[in-house]
Amino acid sequence: MTFSGFQLLRNALNGGTGWTPHWRKAEPKPAYDVVIVGGGGHGLATAHYLAKDFGVNNVAVIEKGWIGSGNAGRNTTIIRSNYLLPGNIPFYELGMKLWEGLEQDLNYNAMVSQRGVLNLCHSDAQRDAFARRGNAMRLHGVDAELIDREAVRGMAPYLDFDNARFPIIGGLVQRRGGTARHDAVVWGYARAADKRGVDIIENCEATGLRSEGGKIVGVETTKGFVGANRVGLSVAGNSSRVAALADMRLPIETYALQAFVTESIKPLIDCVVTFGAGHFYISQSDKGSLVFGGDLDPFPSYAQRGSLHVFSDVAENAMAVMPMLGRLRILRSWGGVMDMSMDGSPIIDATPIEGLFFNGGWCYGGFKATPAAGFCFAHLIAKGEPHQAAAPFRLDRFATGRVIDEKGVGATPNLH
Amino acid sequence: MSGFRLADGGLIDRSRPLKFTFDGKAYTGYAGDTLASALLANGVRLFGRSFKYHRPRGVLSAGHEEPNALVELREGARREPNVKATAVELYDGLVARSQNRWPSLAFDAMAVNGLLKPIFSAGFYYKTFMWPASFWEKLYEPVIRRAAGLGRASGVEDPDTYERSNAFCDVLVVGAGPAGLMAALTAARAGADVILCEDQPRVGGQLLSDREFIDGRPAPEWAVSAAAELAALPNVRIMLRTTVTAAFDGCFAALERVSDHYPEPSAFQPRQRFWRIVAKRTILAAGSTERPLAFPDNDRPGIMLSSAVRTYLNRFGVAAGRVAAIYTSTDDGWLTARDFLRAGLTPVVLVDTRASAPAAFADVAKAVPIMLEGAVLGTEGAKGLSAIIVAAGGAQKRFEVDALAVSGGFNPAIQLASHFGGKPSWSENISAFLAGGTAQGVEPAGAAAGVFGLAEIFAEAAAAGAACAAAQGFAAPAPKLPTVAQTSTAGSLAAWRPNPAKDGKIFVDFQHDVTASDVVLAHREGYRSVEHLKRYTTLGMATEQGRTANISALAMMAQLTGRTIPETGVTLARPPVVPLALGAVAGDHRRGAFRPVRETAIHALSSEAGAPFVDVGQWKRPQYFPIPEDADLAATAAREVETVRTRVGVTDVSTLGKIEVLGADAGVFLDRVCATRASAIRPGRCGYFVMLREDGFMMDDGMIARFAPDHFLVYASTAHAASVYRHMLFCRQALWPELDVNLAAVTDGWAQFAIAGPRSPAVVQALVDAPRAITRTVFPPMSAAELTICDGVPARLCALSFSGERAFEVAVPAGYGAALFRRILDVGAAYGIAPYGSEAMGVMRIEKGHPAGSEINGQTTAYDLGLARALSKDKDHIGRVLSARPALNDRKRARLVGLTPLDPNDRLRAGAHVVETGVAPSAASDLGWLSSAAWSPTLRSFIALGFVSGGPDRLGDEVRIFDPVRGGDCAARIVAPCFYDPNGERPRV
Ligand SMILES: Cc1cc2nc3c(=O)[nH]c(=O)nc-3n(C[C@H](O)[C@H](O)[C@H](O)COP(=O)(O)OP(=O)(O)OC[C@H]3O[C@@H](n4cnc5c(N)ncnc54)[C@H](O)[C@@H]3O)c2cc1C
Repeated sequence: MTFSGFQLLRNALNGGTGWTPHWRKAEPKPAYDVVIVGGGGHGLATAHYLAKDFGVNNVAVIEKGWIGSGNAGRNTTIIRSNYLLPGNIPFYELGMKLWEGLEQDLNYNAMVSQRGVLNLCHSDAQRDAFARRGNAMRLHGVDAELIDREAVRGMAPYLDFDNARFPIIGGLVQRRGGTARHDAVVWGYARAADKRGVDIIENCEATGLRSEGGKIVGVETTKGFVGANRVGLSVAGNSSRVAALADMRLPIETYALQAFVTESIKPLIDCVVTFGAGHFYISQSDKGSLVFGGDLDPFPSYAQRGSLHVFSDVAENAMAVMPMLGRLRILRSWGGVMDMSMDGSPIIDATPIEGLFFNGGWCYGGFKATPAAGFCFAHLIAKGEPHQAAAPFRLDRFATGRVIDEKGVGATPNLH
Repeated sequence: MSGFRLADGGLIDRSRPLKFTFDGKAYTGYAGDTLASALLANGVRLFGRSFKYHRPRGVLSAGHEEPNALVELREGARREPNVKATAVELYDGLVARSQNRWPSLAFDAMAVNGLLKPIFSAGFYYKTFMWPASFWEKLYEPVIRRAAGLGRASGVEDPDTYERSNAFCDVLVVGAGPAGLMAALTAARAGADVILCEDQPRVGGQLLSDREFIDGRPAPEWAVSAAAELAALPNVRIMLRTTVTAAFDGCFAALERVSDHYPEPSAFQPRQRFWRIVAKRTILAAGSTERPLAFPDNDRPGIMLSSAVRTYLNRFGVAAGRVAAIYTSTDDGWLTARDFLRAGLTPVVLVDTRASAPAAFADVAKAVPIMLEGAVLGTEGAKGLSAIIVAAGGAQKRFEVDALAVSGGFNPAIQLASHFGGKPSWSENISAFLAGGTAQGVEPAGAAAGVFGLAEIFAEAAAAGAACAAAQGFAAPAPKLPTVAQTSTAGSLAAWRPNPAKDGKIFVDFQHDVTASDVVLAHREGYRSVEHLKRYTTLGMATEQGRTANISALAMMAQLTGRTIPETGVTLARPPVVPLALGAVAGDHRRGAFRPVRETAIHALSSEAGAPFVDVGQWKRPQYFPIPEDADLAATAAREVETVRTRVGVTDVSTLGKIEVLGADAGVFLDRVCATRASAIRPGRCGYFVMLREDGFMMDDGMIARFAPDHFLVYASTAHAASVYRHMLFCRQALWPELDVNLAAVTDGWAQFAIAGPRSPAVVQALVDAPRAITRTVFPPMSAAELTICDGVPARLCALSFSGERAFEVAVPAGYGAALFRRILDVGAAYGIAPYGSEAMGVMRIEKGHPAGSEINGQTTAYDLGLARALSKDKDHIGRVLSARPALNDRKRARLVGLTPLDPNDRLRAGAHVVETGVAPSAASDLGWLSSAAWSPTLRSFIALGFVSGGPDRLGDEVRIFDPVRGGDCAARIVAPCFYDPNGERPRV
């Protein structure tokens, strides 16, 4: 069924009895052309583009829990392409363009909202660093504006312009950046992929990666063996654990990242705002909750929960830049486990095992990458060679030195 | 018809009336009331509107589980949205308003949404608003955003203050109801340090709501005497108005509402205090939450949880209505009926879903019409309940009532245990989830453990308290248990019969207007896992986190899928248990105190001199020292530079990182940490160092002074001081613990000044104690000494130059800093000395082409910076192997060069890009960027340092400086990075 205002009306009149499951509850077939491990945003997007753009329809996505149960359903939903380095900008901009057409592509409203992303700066040096970034974006044809303090005040009058420990002197704006509804992205891709014949198999965990003579032949799962001579791993925070099933050690460490929402309030914060003198970012959802986050918990962990230290630190950062938040209440907080790579940039590449492909190392920034990562991963799996926009995301870049280190903190994953 | 205050009874102080307003109308309540109880007593039923359909809503509960009665509390900067009227202590002068309605609470135009309900079903927005694409941001979304949201934030800075505090104990008891008090008594009597936290302003918990008798006295009296015994023990701390709200690995977070029961905090008092409590063992005695029942139009004002009805009756002396009915699937409804009878109000009917009446309530059965295996089929009333339709045994009956008490069983308050990730387990016995296993020493007791009979609660809580104490070596004497009349209210689940005609009016999540038909739709569309159900329908996402909603919805989904409830799943509660104000969590780390300010010894002096400061990390550094003759700050910087280049200047360099390296292996250690050979520096000399990260990139550069064979001092850059020290500590402790070396960071211990310029030797000579001579031969550049100055002040002197002139750095213990600075200016006056700020220093270092923070930015290598030759090739050191990676030695890398505009007045700015001339600027023609730029008064031109692809191979080439975000565009030439005295002759003269 195609969603439309008409369908909505029709079903309003017939008690909603015309609606059907958005994706089938599939059980595994003995074999597929491609098996994707991981039913997060990336895995589902990969399946969608494989079927839609690369003519590979005999695909299964296997997910150990319910789809979207990992980081796809835990993130703070910011999308943007305001990167600094030439290795990153084209990829995230490809993503931005896909976001811009996503609803029509999927026939599902993922609420892509280009509300703008405002990065605040607090020193001359930081403004100059933003200028460098903004100029790099412009050279790549991406929108960027460097604005002064008064223009920041115009966009976000509620910031602390008077008593701040680190005064606001300006900001970098990407108006095309914004947010999208994370669950809807997952469901929209699932529904679109399912429509093209992809089997989405939930409650099915990959427990082994079977290879013969250096070639992948299939995946052992909690629902039995599923054959495939092309397998894509897209398991985000579980990357190291799943890669270990194929005896691979990845340049990745895993850390928890917390996120927070407040009770729902009337519109207050219009765009996405990031604080430049600490670590804090915030936006307001369409439902009215303020959604925000800050630093990673500094120690490796697979527990999907955070520590009080960072919990408090995030609140301090919030108050430092927006003291009007003082009486608003945190309703919920949670943690997701982040696949932090050694240079803070992702990996989309073939592995030493023929037919086994890897997509991961997304750190805290892979939600915005969902469409582009899906597209480029599908390209790699279908054609055996990387898509141009993702070509820098090689697994061997740590050996060659072609690292893509936006923050310049080196091989210290928890600092990226 | 509506609620009213009973003539007597209740734990309120009728001698202390309190005035307050709601929606501008004045009312009176009593001390001890909540906002909800006081409004109910005044006959108010309509408290708010629901989120989506703007249905009229009253009060459902008497606590933090309230989904309906949300208000905006206080005014102006203290206005707070979404406050649960049931959790607000009444105070004199309280001002509250209803929210999310327009134009008024009684007449809310947005209620038309209710008519569109068939369209506004769960997830409808995912299926529409997609055409044309740009209309989402322009049209649909703004409308949705304005309609969504509950109350309004104040939008201005919160005037109140908050504190953070820490506490430690052997046993933390969460909740001072019967279980908590009993557990605390047992553990405390055994000698354990106990902290007892109670959310309410008084102890007693459920005892305050019921008419129980303990040891022959009314239960609240027993609670008071138990608390008195506890308070008298030195090892007990009772914290009232304190909610333990989150569990973390290793600690709990609790919120103490210090001043929320006053109009404003009194002087020097915070509004709230945020506690971090570290406990060896924890008893979770936080009680339980009652569940409503599912029936059509179950959300009208006047329909209230049965236990809440009793709380209003017994604790607040308020009847929920004049004509009441009861609808229950538990014994709790019967308790409520009994208390109604005692208050002289006879319920018109008690409808029980179960087949038989509980034996212990024969008195109720005699006095109240009972309908067994009954069901409420519907309710009537515009702004509040006026009638219910009841079915029993095939017949339908209508009762005119203004209050309906409902009970669908109890959910133990296990949230804190779930924060650790422990999966709750389903108990058939009480039809509810219990904490799964004891996570991290947390033991539920009382209703939180699913135990509802008072005698049983006492016995089990005493055992839990004793066990917690015993586990820590405190032997508990056998507890003396109070005698009570046994009552029990175990729950059961009422079956729901799907009915498409009615399901749209059965509210499951009251606040978010999620109905049974939404659950049916989610099932139909495949959103069957609990998390999908929640996310698709927004069930349980409201301000009470689904406390009253989740189980009903889960039961419906279980029924639809033909699975059991535990098979259907459970969602884990996430912190906090009760929403937490951001201000409280941040505590006093606000405004200027967000991060500690680091000031140097001359901060006050500089400030008196009119110097503006610049933030460098946490430091404040004087940026300029303007004098009246300067036309502007640019002129100040130019004058300061000229002073140094021609005479002498002094600047504060105390912010440089100073790391002492001591021990027999100090040289060996530094040779491994540095890419340069530090051990080759002779005692009494300084040497340049480069440090690489493990991955071969630049970490820092700077100077090392060696005062003795086993004593080095590393001067790290201000920006990298902390990371360099951390790195060195890691190397010492983790990599080479066998080396005989110790490190000490002494950055703040020393004030240090650079005295720079051709006349600097004379100034320094005037400072040092005789007989030391400061001449080119005796104390040449790169000398270092520990000595005394100014008649015996211990000092360190190094002949180092950053400015490119003959220069010295003199350091004294920080306490002498201000005095030394004054002395330098005094003795320097004869030589034309002037202080200079960080700006002039920056200009001079750019003139000299020294890399600083924007060049050593973590993305550049020694090779990029032209420092490869300084690295020693004949020893191993950190970063050596990885710095040899091919891509890091590619000639095409962006490498450090100088740039000068063809027109010297064309402004260069850091952050501009360098692109090829003659082609359109694009990613393909992008060559690099400017990292530092300044007006050079010495060269009378703008100059810049920058990174250009293959730059050092292109000296002399013309390029374009492109800065579209600031509108800059000019031509420049690539030159060597050192603009001034390239052979370094001036410091040596
Ligand atoms: C708190 C937080 C905030 C964030 N904020 C942002 C943001 O604002 N913007 C942004 O761009 N990014 C953000 N991110 C990052 C982003 O969410 C992730 O990078 C991205 O979702 C990862 O891709 P995914 O959606 O495929 O991952 P996931 O949703 O985690 O998908 C991986 C899936 O693999 C499944 N899986 C794992 N092991 C197995 C197995 N053995 N067998 C089968 N299935 C398996 C998991 O259950 C999971 O469903 C944030 C992350 C967090 C936690």
